[in-house]
Amino acid sequence: MRNKDTICAIATGVTNAGISIIRISGENAFSIADKLYVSKKPGKTLSSQKSHTMHYGYIVKNGETIDEVLVSIMKKPNSYTAEDVVEINCHGGVIVTRQVLDAVISAGARLAEPGEFTKRAFLNGRIDLSQAEAVIDIINAENTSAVKNSVGQLTGRLKNRIVSLRDRIMHDTAFIEAALDDPEHISLDGFSEELLKNTNEELKEIKSLIQSFSTGRVIKEGIKTVIVGKPNVGKSTLLNALSGTERAIVTDIPGTTRDTLEETVTIDGVTLRIVDTAGIRDTDDTVEKIGVDKALSETDSADLVLFVCDASRALDENDRRIIDIIKDKRSLVLLNKSDLQNVLSSDELEKETGISVFAVSALEETGIHEFTQKIKDMFSLGEIGNGEMTYITNARQRQLLSDAADSLEEVKKSIENEMPEDFFSIDMLDAYGALGRIIGEETDDDLADRIFKDFCMGK
Amino acid sequence: MDHIYESYDIAVIGAGHAGCEAALASARLGLETIVFIVSTDSIAMMPCNPNVGGTSKGHLVREVDALGGEMGKNIDRTFIQSKMLNVSKGPAVHSLRAQADKQEYSRSMRHVLENTEHLTIRQAEVTDILTENGHVTGVRTYSGGVYPCKAAVICTGTYLNARCVYGDTYNYTGPNGLPAANHLTECLKNLGIEIYRFKTGTPARIDKRTIDFSKMEEQFGDPELVPFSFENTAESIAKPQVSCWLTYTNERTHEIIRQNIDRSPLYSGNIKGTGPRYCPSIEDKVMKFPEKTRHQVFIEPEGNYTNEMYISGMSSSLPEDVQVQMYRTVAGLENAKIVRPAYAIEYDCLNPAQLKPSLEIKNISGLFSAGQMNGSSGYEEAAAQGIMAGINAARFVKGLEPVILSRSQAYIGVLIDDLCTKETHEPYRMMTSRAEYRLILRQDNADLRLSAIGHEIGLISDERYEKVLQKKKQIEDEIVRLKSHMIGGRADVQAFLEERQSAPLKTAVSLAELIVRPELGYDAVKDLDPDRQPLSRDVIEQVETELKYEGYIERQTRQIEVFKKTENRRIPEDIDYDAVPSLRIEARQKLKAIRPENIGRASRISGVSPADISVLLIYLSK
Repeated sequence: MRNKDTICAIATGVTNAGISIIRISGENAFSIADKLYVSKKPGKTLSSQKSHTMHYGYIVKNGETIDEVLVSIMKKPNSYTAEDVVEINCHGGVIVTRQVLDAVISAGARLAEPGEFTKRAFLNGRIDLSQAEAVIDIINAENTSAVKNSVGQLTGRLKNRIVSLRDRIMHDTAFIEAALDDPEHISLDGFSEELLKNTNEELKEIKSLIQSFSTGRVIKEGIKTVIVGKPNVGKSTLLNALSGTERAIVTDIPGTTRDTLEETVTIDGVTLRIVDTAGIRDTDDTVEKIGVDKALSETDSADLVLFVCDASRALDENDRRIIDIIKDKRSLVLLNKSDLQNVLSSDELEKETGISVFAVSALEETGIHEFTQKIKDMFSLGEIGNGEMTYITNARQRQLLSDAADSLEEVKKSIENEMPEDFFSIDMLDAYGALGRIIGEETDDDLADRIFKDFCMGK
Repeated sequence: MDHIYESYDIAVIGAGHAGCEAALASARLGLETIVFIVSTDSIAMMPCNPNVGGTSKGHLVREVDALGGEMGKNIDRTFIQSKMLNVSKGPAVHSLRAQADKQEYSRSMRHVLENTEHLTIRQAEVTDILTENGHVTGVRTYSGGVYPCKAAVICTGTYLNARCVYGDTYNYTGPNGLPAANHLTECLKNLGIEIYRFKTGTPARIDKRTIDFSKMEEQFGDPELVPFSFENTAESIAKPQVSCWLTYTNERTHEIIRQNIDRSPLYSGNIKGTGPRYCPSIEDKVMKFPEKTRHQVFIEPEGNYTNEMYISGMSSSLPEDVQVQMYRTVAGLENAKIVRPAYAIEYDCLNPAQLKPSLEIKNISGLFSAGQMNGSSGYEEAAAQGIMAGINAARFVKGLEPVILSRSQAYIGVLIDDLCTKETHEPYRMMTSRAEYRLILRQDNADLRLSAIGHEIGLISDERYEKVLQKKKQIEDEIVRLKSHMIGGRADVQAFLEERQSAPLKTAVSLAELIVRPELGYDAVKDLDPDRQPLSRDVIEQVETELKYEGYIERQTRQIEVFKKTENRRIPEDIDYDAVPSLRIEARQKLKAIRPENIGRASRISGVSPADISVLLIYLSK
C-alpha cells in the first residue's frame, strides 16, 4: 500500500490545451513544489503561504527555467484529496507539461496511478458514497486496463527483452540465495566477478531501453520541425493553413532557448513541434539572408526540415543554398500554391531537389492528408493511437526502468565495495520487481520457486 | 468403556519438538498441562537428520530461546559438533548448526519435561478431540480415557495415518517403526478440518565400522564455540567435538538409480503425498539435474554411543536391494552395511490456511496446532510453532490476547504468517530468503529483538531480561560514543592508516567512520581509541554490525515502517466478503477461506490483487 507517499500527475490530461495543470498531493507536496518554484520575490516559499491562494513564478530545474507558472496551494484537509495539494498551472503543450511533470517527479513525487487522486479523496472521506461505485471502477482499472495498456504499448520484442532481463536477474539471485541457504553444497567463490559482468550487461540493456523509450516518446510527443524558406514564400500562410484545419490544435509555448518559440501542431495524430525561429515570423523588416541563416542553424537538431517554396516565384540562389544544406536530412518540400500564376511545378521542383514535393493549398486545404501520411511513413509511426495513454504509460515505464537501473547500480556498488553476497540480492530483487511492474507481473514467491527449479539443494 | 481421568488446563498431543516446547511453555506459565506420546522413549526424538540449526533454522532456535524455549539449551547440552555457517557472508545469514547426539538430545529433553512443575506425561494415543458448541472440552485416548481440558494443542508430527515406503515395502508405522496414530484424522475431519497428505524421507543409516573414512574429507567443528542459548557462554558449553565426513556420488551411482527408477514408489505413482523440493531424494536429484556428475554426501554420526552414521544427501525410497548397490558405489562406502534402510514417509496434516496466526484452528475454539501437523518440516520449525502454540493456548485459558509475532519481528513471524497465509503445497521449510527484513532479523540479535516479549509473556526471568537491557544500553552508548569521537589527520593517525593500507584522512572523521572501512574494524582501530572501555564480544559484534551496515539497516527499518501501517489496518472478524462490491471472485474466495486479520496479511494472499485491496479498503472506510 502506498497511500502515504506524495503523488503527482497531469490533472488536465495530456492534450495541447492552452493551460495544463499538474497536481501534486501528499505529505511532501509543498516541500517538493518549493524545490522547483522560484518567485520574483527572493526567498518566497509556497509552504509559508496561506491556503487557497495563487502565486506567480517560475518552475526552475538545475538553474534552467522550464516555464512561467501560476501555482495554487490548498492545505489539508481542505483540498480535493484532503491532503496538502499544489497545482501548477503551466502553459500547456505536451512538451512543457512533460518537463514540469518530470521535474516534479525528480523532486520526489511519484507518478500517480490512474484514479489515485479520486481514490485518496474517497479514502480520506472527501467523496460521499454515491460516488463510490465510480471510484471502484477506476481502481479496478488499475489492474486490468492500465496494465493491459502499458503491456500493449510494448512491442513483442521489447517485452521479450524485459522478460529476459528479469529471468537473468532472477537466476543470479536464486543462485546467491541457494548458496546462502545451502552453503555446503553451493559455493559463491568467484561469483562476484561473473555477477558484475552480468550486471553491467543488464545495465547496458536497460539504459538502451530507456534510450529507445525516449526516442519513441519524442516522436509521439512531437517531431522537431524546422521550416526554412525565404520570407514571403508563405510560411505563415502555410502554418495558418495547417493550423486552420479542423483537425489541428495549435499552441504557443516558449522554447527552451530564449530566442525561439515552439509551436505545436497536431494533424491527423502527427504532432509537429515547429521551431518558430525569428525569421519565420518576420515578414517585412529582416534581410532575407539573416532569416534563412537563422532557420538553417536550427536544422542540425531538427528531426524534420520543411522547405517552403512559393509556386509563383522561380528558384533563386538562396533556395539553392537551402537545397544544398537539407539534401542529406529528413526533409520535405512544400509547394505553396499561389492563387496567382504558377511558375514552379511540383515535378520540376522534385527533379531539382531530389526531395518529395507536396503541393498544398492554404485556402482549399488540399494536400495536407498526403503530407502527414508521408511524415508517418518517414518516422514509421504507422497508425497512431491514443496519445494520452501512451504518454502516461511511457512515463511510468521509463520511471520503472530507471528504478531498475538504479538498483543494479547499487548492486555494482556493493560488489565493488566487496560487500557480502547477501546484500546483492536485496537490490537485485528490487530491480526484478521494478521490471516486473512494467509488464504487469507479480513477484510473489518467484524466488523460492526459482531456487528449487534451478539449483540442486542438498540434504 | 470411557472412563474420566483427572482434568487439565491444556492437553498437548505429541511430544516431538513442537509438543515439547508447547507443553513446557504452558506448564511454565503455570497451567496444568498433560502431554500425550505414543512412547515415552520417543520424547524429542530426531527421526531424520542428526543436527539442530542450519541456515535460517539456527535463527529459529535462537528466537525460541529468546522467548524462553528449551531447544537452544537442549542442543547446547547435547551437541557433539558445532559450526557457524556462512561466516564469509553478511551477518544476516550467519547460521549456527550443531550435530546432536540424538539419544542424548532426546533423553535430556525428557529429563526437563519430567521435572517441570505442572507437567504430566502420559503414554497414550489420542483418538478424539472432544468439543461442545465448537469449544474444546477434552481429549479421549485409544483405551477410552477421557481427559477434560480447556485447550488442546495438536503436535502429531508425521504420525497421523503414517505409512513408510521403500520400493514395494510398505510399513504402516510412524518413523523408526513406532506405532502410527490411525484414529485422530477421522475425528479432525468430522470437526470440519481439511486434511492434506504430505511426504518426506530419510536416508539410510550405515554401520561406522564398514565405512572407509580414508576416502573421505574430514569435516571439523569450529574451534571457537558459539552457544545457541543466550544463557550460555562458549566456556559453559565447551567439550571435545567429533567430525563429519564428506564424500560424493558418481556416475555409477546415478546409473544404478536410472536403471531402477521404475522401482521407486515416487516414480511409479505409489506415493501420492506431496514431498519437499528442498530436500529431494537422491533419485529426484539425479533425474532432475542430469547434468550433475556427482552430488555431495555428508556422513554424520548419530551420536557418541552408536555406530550408526547418517548418510546426508542420499535420502531415498528405492527398494532395499537397489539401496545396497547404490550406497556401495560411493567412495568409502564400498563395503557399507546398512543398519536402517532409507524410506519415505507419508502422513496426514492439516491445511494451514485453517489456522489463525495464533495457531488456533479457526472454527474450533481452544484447539491449537503446531509443527509438521501444520504442513511445515524440520525440528526447528516445529519447535518455533510449538512454543507459540503453547503460549497462546495458555493465554487462551487465561483469557488473554494471543501473542502474534510479525514478519518484521522474527523468523517465527515469517514462518507462521507464510503457513497460514500462503497456500502450502509441500512441507514448508524456513529459508533466509523468505524473510524480507532479514538484515534486522539476525540470529545474533534475537535476544535484543524478543526478550522483552518473552519477559512479558512470563517465560523470561527478570534477571535474564535485566541483562538484555544492559546489553542493549551498552550497544547504544558505544555507537553514540564512536560516532561523536572525532579523529583528525594527525601524523600518527595517517601513519596508522598507511600501515593498514587505508586511505589517509583529508578531514576529521568519527571513529565510527573508520570502523566501517572494510580493511579496518572495531578491533583494528583500538590504538586510535584510548577512551575505549572493555566490552563483551557480543556487544562489540552488535556495534560493528550496526555501524557497518547502517545504510541497509536504515533502509529496512523504513520498509518496516511502511509494512506496519498495513499490518495495523485491521479487518473486522465478522466481515461479510459477499457484501464487498467489486471484489474479484478468486479474491473473494481466498479472503473468505483465510479471513486475514489485517490488510497487510490480505495483501499477501496469492490471488488477491492490489485492486482487490483497494476495494477492501474502501469498503472498510464506509
